[in-house]
Amino acid sequence: MLIWLSRSEEDTYLFGKWIGSNTKAGDIILLFGQMGSGKTVLSRGIAHGAGVSGMVNSPTFTIMNSYSALHPVFHFDLYRLNEPEELYDLDYEDYFFGIGITIVEWAERLDYLLPEEYLKISISREQKVNERKITVCPVGSRYAAWKEVLQNYEGIGS
Amino acid sequence: MTYLQQMTEKISTLRDKKRITILALETSCDETAAAVVRNGREVLSNIISSQIDTHRLYGGVVPEIASRKHVEVISQVVSHALEESNTSMEELDAVAVTYGPGLVGALLVGVSAAKAIAFGLSVPLIGVHHIEGHISANFIEYKELEPPFVCLIVSGGHTQIVHVKDYGEYELIGQTMDDAAGEAFDKVARVLGLGYPGGPAVDRIAKEGNPAAISFPRVHLREKPYDFSFSGLKTAVINYLHNLEQRGESYCLEDVAASFQQAVVDVLVEKTIDAALKLNQKRIVMAGGVAANSALKRQMEAEAEKRQIQLYYPTPVLCTDNAAMIACAGYYRLLQGEISPLSLNAVPYLPITQIQ
Repeated sequence: MLIWLSRSEEDTYLFGKWIGSNTKAGDIILLFGQMGSGKTVLSRGIAHGAGVSGMVNSPTFTIMNSYSALHPVFHFDLYRLNEPEELYDLDYEDYFFGIGITIVEWAERLDYLLPEEYLKISISREQKVNERKITVCPVGSRYAAWKEVLQNYEGIGS
Repeated sequence: MTYLQQMTEKISTLRDKKRITILALETSCDETAAAVVRNGREVLSNIISSQIDTHRLYGGVVPEIASRKHVEVISQVVSHALEESNTSMEELDAVAVTYGPGLVGALLVGVSAAKAIAFGLSVPLIGVHHIEGHISANFIEYKELEPPFVCLIVSGGHTQIVHVKDYGEYELIGQTMDDAAGEAFDKVARVLGLGYPGGPAVDRIAKEGNPAAISFPRVHLREKPYDFSFSGLKTAVINYLHNLEQRGESYCLEDVAASFQQAVVDVLVEKTIDAALKLNQKRIVMAGGVAANSALKRQMEAEAEKRQIQLYYPTPVLCTDNAAMIACAGYYRLLQGEISPLSLNAVPYLPITQIQ
């Protein structure tokens, strides 16, 4: 597990980029955190780190945006979901358990559809306005290799 | 001969017709809509089966409910549109449909129905881009309006400035880097406990508040002067409320709503006016649900007038998602010979510059 303090939006973006640069095909990254905590910024960093070029914006309206890179990147936002089973309408399994890298905002809403293995990232507000505590935790054996990656984190280079 | 070849041959006969009647379907998000429009700009019927009541329960658009509802009502909505326009199926010359962007499950309902009707009647099928539809809503409202002009499209899912050079010819000038303007309205409305849809609720409450009470950020991106960013503004509103809450202080709901709205309106107006001046355009057109916002209309009108720019925006019914605008856009596509094969698919993520 890695707990890291982001002091700005830029910090959060760069941290996401570092996470993204370490992803492999088939990885699922679930983001937990309240509105305005910086999930879209972190997602943008992850997508760019995974090789996506160009704009990555909020998928709240379409629920999912897909991007092509070395491996396709699927960016979900479950904010508007009411019941997890609504994900079946989107054929979510094709994305989650396919060849791409899946990033999910508002992963709380997965509820009983939470996969067994994933990289869990929680973002929470700290005392100062722009500070965020980012907690990264690998869940399941598939993500065991992330433990070492996280241990070797040396901070974001500026 | 394939369907597409047959239809392509049919286009020249259609061009000679005095009256071209198009049935259009729009199911990209929360509205199931059908319309019958003659010669692109004469609306014979425009039926919108609003699902707002179902969605209000959940504080947002629920995709599963949306696609199920679309399936349930699409046939009735189509029959209703035909009936109200006094048009029989046989009188239809073409079927237009929104194929993207939007929710994939929702889009597919309209696309499938449109394909079935077009194939059954042996008339051309025309896939229309949702945003192209919103822009075209103004052609219905203003019979004399013709391209070129600069268009600001603002809705729950989109915030873009598009240079409309000709019918079907678009250049994207700027767009949101994160949240759409309408999305910011919806999310802030939720934080303020104002319910869904957020735009009209904030607009209403803001009328009672002081727009200068709180200074929320206006984001200007140095390298991309026509792009928008509303995520930071949303966070600033949350931070403001959070801070007061921590100190145990209360806040004035009306002032927060008015100040937030003012911050959105300021950047929308400034960037659109700048784009029009840079492109040397004397006409600005607004489209999409947020174009119905009273503060936006007022400020855009005032700023445009100062620079002798003419402003156009549709009546609220044509601002929100509707099928008449899709029929209008489809009409001009048809005249240009741009029809779709029966393999037309729903495309959830579809930039306006990528339409063929």
